[in-house]
Amino acid sequence: MINVGQSLAIIAVTAAVTALIRFLPFLIFHKGTPKPILYLGEVLPFAVMGMLVVYCLKNTSFISAPYGAPELLAILFVVIVHKWKHNTLLSVAGGTICYMLLVQMVFV
Amino acid sequence: MNKRQQGTTENNSIQKNTIKQAFISSLPVMAGYIVLGMGFGILLQDKGYTWPWALLMGVTIYAGSMQYVAVDLLAAGASLISVTLMTIMVQIRHLFYGITLLKKYEKAGKYKPYMIFGLTDETFSLVSRPELPENVDEFKYYFYLTMMNHSYWIIGDVLGVILGSSFAFNSRGVDFAMTALFVVIFVEQWEKAKSHIPALTGIVITAVCRLLFDADTFLIPSMIGITVALFLEKRWLKRDERSEELSEQAKEGVNHD
Repeated sequence: MINVGQSLAIIAVTAAVTALIRFLPFLIFHKGTPKPILYLGEVLPFAVMGMLVVYCLKNTSFISAPYGAPELLAILFVVIVHKWKHNTLLSVAGGTICYMLLVQMVFV
Repeated sequence: MNKRQQGTTENNSIQKNTIKQAFISSLPVMAGYIVLGMGFGILLQDKGYTWPWALLMGVTIYAGSMQYVAVDLLAAGASLISVTLMTIMVQIRHLFYGITLLKKYEKAGKYKPYMIFGLTDETFSLVSRPELPENVDEFKYYFYLTMMNHSYWIIGDVLGVILGSSFAFNSRGVDFAMTALFVVIFVEQWEKAKSHIPALTGIVITAVCRLLFDADTFLIPSMIGITVALFLEKRWLKRDERSEELSEQAKEGVNHD
């Protein structure tokens, strides 16, 4: 754990920026939203989720054993279960358990 | 009973019904928030944080996926600039919620600030329903709904830390909850997207940046790259959406469902 002050600063900034984004439309866009912002609001969410998935794999090595196999297998599991049941909780919990079993018992 | 008392009883019954209806509407969110909140709490305690931290984050940040990301930012001791940029990227979709609700929330008065503060994906989906339950005070109904969802999230966050730290279990791999959550959202977005270009842009640019930079620094170049690429792709994207719509129409012509 990093020190308390730094932790508080990170939390404060995250909270402030989150709130600012939620308030922004009510503060400045009530007379119309600039087109580039509307466009970004439309496409960015899709790109960001792709980015976050890759971000989660940032410390996974694909050039040394086990070549990212636990991650890729667990992701495949999540995709299949989610396509099948469309139940977020089941997919997240199931995927996490699947990954934990893989790294604790299979690819030790 | 004089007129004034009658008015008060009526107000009381509307007040009670508003709380009741808000609670009923919030039920679908309850299970989801408690469990996802617990996932966050387990991750947070795994990085050495105690329950007051979860409480603080749940109360002040109150954003699902962003709190998962924040755990990682905390663990890495990220710079405040990265924290700011990351929050903007993850939360920018919320701009849309505000824009959509400008009219609806216009006259909410003293309830408005909190209603805007608590505008998460789930709360947005509930308040943007076109019909309102009968005999409720509209703004109080939205206000209570926001507050109930917020409390489920806080309860989940704190419970996660407490449960995670009181059961001795091998937590190796528990971080994958974050990956799993993002993969789930990615799959859902993929299914309803008009074009897959933005999603692919996000993956490809971030992966390329990860190859070019190291794990602590690749995120900022990725975000800049994605934003630039999305603007460059704008025309291409519009064309892709149109062809998608045409093929959808063609499919609908064949299928009857």
